[in-house]
Amino acid sequence: MSAQTLTPARRLRRLGTEVLAVGAALVVFVVPFVFIVLTAFKDEFEASDLTFSLPTTWPVLDNLREVFAARDGMLLVAFKNSTILTVSSVAILVVLCSMVAFVLQRRPGRVSDVVGALILSGLIIPPAIVPTIWVLQKLHLFKTIPGLVLVEVAFSMSFTILLYRAFIAAIPRELDEAAVIDGCSSLTLFFRVIFPLLRPVTITSILTNSVFIFNDFVNPLYFTPGDENATVQLTLYNFLSQFSTQYNLLFMNILVITIPPLLVFVLFNGKIVSGMTSGAVKG
Amino acid sequence: MQSPSSSNARTAGSRGDAGPGRAAPTPARASAVRGTTQRRYSYWFYAPAGVVYGVIFVLPTLISFYFAFTRWDLFESEWIGLDNFRQFFSEQSLRSSLVNTLVYAVTTSGLKVVLGMLLAIVLTSSIRLKGLLRALTFFPVLVSTVAVGITFSVLLQPDFGIVNAALAKVGITGPDWLGDPDTALLSVAAVDVWKGVGLATVIYIAGILSIPRDYYEAVEVDGGGAWTQFWNVTLPLARPATFTVILLSFIGGLRSFDLIWTMTGGGPGFASDTIASVIYKQYQAGFYGLATAGNVVLFLLVSAIVFPLARFFSSREVDL
Repeated sequence: MSAQTLTPARRLRRLGTEVLAVGAALVVFVVPFVFIVLTAFKDEFEASDLTFSLPTTWPVLDNLREVFAARDGMLLVAFKNSTILTVSSVAILVVLCSMVAFVLQRRPGRVSDVVGALILSGLIIPPAIVPTIWVLQKLHLFKTIPGLVLVEVAFSMSFTILLYRAFIAAIPRELDEAAVIDGCSSLTLFFRVIFPLLRPVTITSILTNSVFIFNDFVNPLYFTPGDENATVQLTLYNFLSQFSTQYNLLFMNILVITIPPLLVFVLFNGKIVSGMTSGAVKG
Repeated sequence: MQSPSSSNARTAGSRGDAGPGRAAPTPARASAVRGTTQRRYSYWFYAPAGVVYGVIFVLPTLISFYFAFTRWDLFESEWIGLDNFRQFFSEQSLRSSLVNTLVYAVTTSGLKVVLGMLLAIVLTSSIRLKGLLRALTFFPVLVSTVAVGITFSVLLQPDFGIVNAALAKVGITGPDWLGDPDTALLSVAAVDVWKGVGLATVIYIAGILSIPRDYYEAVEVDGGGAWTQFWNVTLPLARPATFTVILLSFIGGLRSFDLIWTMTGGGPGFASDTIASVIYKQYQAGFYGLATAGNVVLFLLVSAIVFPLARFFSSREVDL
């Protein structure tokens, strides 16, 4: 299989395939992102051409400043909101879902069958939007970040539980038994003994859920309308009409909110891929 | 599937005895330990998650079956029977959203299966730069849908957009992708595939890599070529991955809203409206009962397609 054993003709064919594959991937998957960057770095006049060309002037910092200054610094507020939303949702998800997954995996039976069915329904059934608003309103949580946190937690729960359950299945029960002999209660057994062992899957679930919740558009649109509680995805949407003639700022905004997922991607690509495939395949 | 049985408290795990490295306790003591351990798996662990899930997801789903039959302003509701549903199926704009939703779901999941499989085969072959290529195809999965939607609605503009500019270079006059009722929905579907094919690809890569190499070698020994390998080994043995990709993209496709909303807003006219975008429009207009009826229709559609599909797939997987 090594390159030395290939005949020249096959090696040439392989090189051809490689060039073709890389070329196609560059055109299809890289050009749109390069376009975002180029347009974000242009001045207003040049950006309005929407052409794929290098900027002649580079007002990068001016554009950046303007995007953050627009609408009384709405983008900054939105970053704060998105950060609070993402961090609290993910923290709650990790604790609640790992607990459920632990009992679900360890104690099969009628109760767990029902719980399992509910979890699968959560993956499949589309949430009923307006009734959810009604419920949140009754709880005085509509249009608030805590309300949105609960929504994100409820809607990401199924995926996260399945992720944890698959991992917990590989932890031997003898460990639980040893801990129980040593006098552990339910809570100490889980939080002192089991939870630390879940670190790899916890990292995966933190990363995957963070990206999803940070990128979420639909739930903030429905459950936190208005500027005050806007998340970063909504700023884009709100700016769309305002910047319709200022493409450089629109794309600078896109660039700015794409940077957090890009960082996660560059640093932890493998973790995310493993999380999504294992969660998906088990689902 | 786990076997439901209330008596498996003691036999759970069924490993016979304690793990290696420990002296085996007497059977009676072992089962006592098991029983005590079993009680440590407290059902209370379900409670916190259950409360959130019950209040925010299950309860709204259940009451949607009441409010769908009402005229509703979030404060008062008036029972109007099947009127909302009658309106849903009689108004052209609402009825076409049903068809659009199905077309969108079938197109996106079909393309994700074919392209995902294709990309996965290329990316598990012996070509170099595999890591880079995998990363490039996967990155759009992590980018926000709104950002992708806005970017592509600019790239697909009829006059200046770089897609049509590139087509013009080779002498093709590209259509007004998002402005023409005939192409709008399919253009959005294509962008959906662009964004989501990376996930299908990594699922297929995981599936293909789990196929034992012996099978491919067996085909080679028998003198079969690459096509035989694909048709007789990869395709059947990657079937679980295919099922996963179909299910995931079907569920996503039936619900899809954000990409359509940012790219076309359901337009032109209502040429690219899906059920989810109709729900949002009715909600914005204050027709909460009608919006909820739309949710119930979507619920029924998803249940009618996805649950049987999932059951069919899991029955086929046992056959493998």
